[in-house]
Amino acid sequence: MGSLKKNGGAILSKIATNDQHGENSEYFDGWKAYDKDPFHLSRNPHGIIQMGLAENQLCLDLIKDWIKENPKASICTPEGVHQFEDIANFQDYHGLKEFRQAIAHFMGKARGGRVTFDPERIVMSGGATGANETIMFCLADPGDVFLVPSPYYAAFDRDLRWRTGVEIIPVHCSSSNNFKLTVEAVEWAYQKAQESNKKVKGLILTNPSNPLGTMLEKDTLKNLVRFVTRKNIHLVVDEIYAATVFAGVNFVSVAEVVNDLDSYEVNVDLIHIVYSLSKDMGLPGFRVGIVYSYNDSVVSCARKMSSFGLVSSQTQLMLASMLSDDRFVENFLMESSRRLGIRHGVFTLGLKKVGITCLSSDAGLFVWMDLRHLLRDRNSFESEIELWRIIVNIVKLNVSPGSSFRCTEPGWFRVCFANMDDDTLHVALQRIQDFVSKNNNKISEKASDNNDQIIQNNNAKKQKWRQSNLRLSFRRLYEDGLSSPGIMSPHSPLLRA
Amino acid sequence: MGLLSRKATCNTHGQDSSYFLGWEEYEKNPYDEIKNPNGIIQMGLAENQLSFDLIESWLDKNPDAANFQREGQSIFRELALFQDYHGLPSFKNAMADFMSENRGNRVSFDPKKLVLTAGATSANETLMFCLADPGDAFLLPTPYYPGFDRDLKWRTGVEIVPIQCTSANGFRITKSALEEAYEQAQKLNLKVKGVLITNPSNPLGTTTTRSELNHLLDFISRKNIHLISDEIYSGTVFTSPGFISVMEVLKEKKLENTDVFKRVHIVYSLSKDLGLPGFRVGVIYSNDDIVVAAATKMSSFGLISSQTQYLLSALLSDKNFTKNYLKENQIRLKNRHKKLVAGLEAAGIECLKSNAGLFCWVDMRHLLTSNTFEAEIELWKKIVYEVKLNISPGSSCHCNEPGWFRVCFANMSEETLKVALNRLKMFVDGPSSTTRSQSEHQRLKSLRKMKVSNWVFRLSFHDREPEER
Repeated sequence: MGSLKKNGGAILSKIATNDQHGENSEYFDGWKAYDKDPFHLSRNPHGIIQMGLAENQLCLDLIKDWIKENPKASICTPEGVHQFEDIANFQDYHGLKEFRQAIAHFMGKARGGRVTFDPERIVMSGGATGANETIMFCLADPGDVFLVPSPYYAAFDRDLRWRTGVEIIPVHCSSSNNFKLTVEAVEWAYQKAQESNKKVKGLILTNPSNPLGTMLEKDTLKNLVRFVTRKNIHLVVDEIYAATVFAGVNFVSVAEVVNDLDSYEVNVDLIHIVYSLSKDMGLPGFRVGIVYSYNDSVVSCARKMSSFGLVSSQTQLMLASMLSDDRFVENFLMESSRRLGIRHGVFTLGLKKVGITCLSSDAGLFVWMDLRHLLRDRNSFESEIELWRIIVNIVKLNVSPGSSFRCTEPGWFRVCFANMDDDTLHVALQRIQDFVSKNNNKISEKASDNNDQIIQNNNAKKQKWRQSNLRLSFRRLYEDGLSSPGIMSPHSPLLRA
Repeated sequence: MGLLSRKATCNTHGQDSSYFLGWEEYEKNPYDEIKNPNGIIQMGLAENQLSFDLIESWLDKNPDAANFQREGQSIFRELALFQDYHGLPSFKNAMADFMSENRGNRVSFDPKKLVLTAGATSANETLMFCLADPGDAFLLPTPYYPGFDRDLKWRTGVEIVPIQCTSANGFRITKSALEEAYEQAQKLNLKVKGVLITNPSNPLGTTTTRSELNHLLDFISRKNIHLISDEIYSGTVFTSPGFISVMEVLKEKKLENTDVFKRVHIVYSLSKDLGLPGFRVGVIYSNDDIVVAAATKMSSFGLISSQTQYLLSALLSDKNFTKNYLKENQIRLKNRHKKLVAGLEAAGIECLKSNAGLFCWVDMRHLLTSNTFEAEIELWKKIVYEVKLNISPGSSCHCNEPGWFRVCFANMSEETLKVALNRLKMFVDGPSSTTRSQSEHQRLKSLRKMKVSNWVFRLSFHDREPEER
């Protein structure tokens, strides 16, 4: 046994024994705390409310109803079982034709019909997680670099780098211009990388942004496309949040830009889209990821690689049917936008009441909350973490600190609002409001007192949390059930095995 | 600088091989009893289509599973949101039990050591990522499943070094063959990380003997390397000798608390036993906690759809169903196998004696014009284009003796099998290939050129730039 442990590194691969998957980060304290004490409106009203999970739970009722009304879409119902054999047998990595057509159709509708997608370019993958890894395998060799605007989705560190050996270099965005991505910033990062002799293969960005919830303006997107074309590097746009845009606003997909630009301005072989149904439709459990590329070789390669993460044929059939139902899709998209908009409105209004502002956003399942004014020290990530621990353990909300998204300025937090019902949201708001008022009182008291008291309190808290032996580091937090050992709520019927 | 990655532009995915080209020909002209009776009959697809009716009748009696319900309560929402890479607990429990049942309950499996993956394809690749670094090697007995070239090597950078098995002893894995393979790897400066066997074997259809398993355990123990046993066909064993899993041997030899125990890993799937390749259900089972932990995280790149996990957890937890299914499935496979063997015999063709799998390893050496792989491909082309049967030439499985073919029997109706066997008999009884006219030879030669000899022993590093070798 002992010798095996010593040899552990040599016996297993480097990938299996390094921590490049990023899951050893201390941000899991938030999840662990939630797991130990999960909020439930009636059964555990003082528990921790999960606001670190970017899930869209607002429209599952619409989908559930559709499934009930369309038994033929299932291979298990009496109405649909005649398809069982063919579907159960179907493992062609091209995917069901009807599935690809339905996805292409849905993607077009989610972009207001302003673009159409070619079903022949639709390639399946194991969720967007699989899609992002696959596109890296297709475009880059180990050691190559991809630029990523920060703050960015924490799991990119794993998805883009872990098994691929690709390096990612952040393009930092700051609050000085509302975290807008500029071509100048990208150029600068590109230059710096070149100077350090790094081979930059492309730029990958999430649009709408996670964690910001903002969308790129058409002109910026155009200029980015022109930039990558000039430099002959790839542009991957993860449009996983495309349909989480609130009512009344238009999302500009890179597909639209590709159509608009003249052929000399855009080399389409460099443009790739990643998509998924996990956010727009709230179906992360079904593992529907899509790689869409304008480059034929990439489509071909990604398709072969999709063998490692095909969408279950049972799921393909169901979604092929659902997403070709125009009436359902149109209603769903409209209703989803509406509900998200309302939810976002209620939440941000409630925050404003206690002087908390969020970055102005039009999409996403979260807000990018500005709590810089509550930091002990506006320039320290340590105080961001302190504040975070207070929010998790005292205010009892699991939110995600900006540092976990590689934000370069302390004090920002991503707070999800679409993964709970209205009542829970109100409890969460109430808690925030109470906390802020108490804090304000404390601040006014302190104005006359010595600051040491606060620091002492903070230190005491620090000590308590340091018991979990965690040093401050900027390693990444992963969202969704993927990241936590046992994310399942103990109250879920699914756990009754 | 190349626009795409090396992986995208090389052909280590192996899809230019004859294994896949035969499929392409089939796709262009697929047999249909009524609509295309002169089309090509697919016998290159190791699918199990014999027992769907059993599953369909179960579905009929179990509407809850179909309707996202448990005990009448809707769990649609929970399933839609469930993406925990630890998998649905009820599914893993059911899977562990099913695997145990498949081994006559002689061993038990701990659901905590199970990792769910998107098919065995993903399970095998994931194990490579966990056990080997780019440039390391795994030893595989030949002939082996052509898909391994992609699954084990392509994105992982791992090399495969063959353990040569021959017809002289029924393609059994011998001690000397293992040692020779290991030495060959050393000569090529490759660090051997383990051995991978498929038990029951694809393409041979035979179960690994206790003696072979003992050799293997002894070998990996001495060399301090891993053993992966891909037991994807474990439920297709239809006659004696029975199936012996390497886990059983470990238990019998009381090796559960040793180092070796942690270096044995099993791959499983529902694609062959239950005939559900579309559902993408694969499993890694490992006694090494680090491997389980790493593989679990990696499964993020290919989780099983929650609706599929739920359906199958209900199906596999029904012990009446599983018991009956395994038994009935085996009976049907045995019958089908018998028919194929008899039909081949009638055409004067023998196969390797087998007790499992969805195919036979057929000996057509006597039909070759010469004992070469060129002759094998010539014969294969005739069979595909003239006899109109898509079967898999042994060279695509890296067999080192020309003349062997894998012929599947469980992916078609009985009538279709009869048609196929008739065609074969007519071909064999007809004018022998040695008396064919020159023009015939010419015509066949011009149909697709393939460099088979390159294919048999090529290592992927030949595809890389010279300076990287």
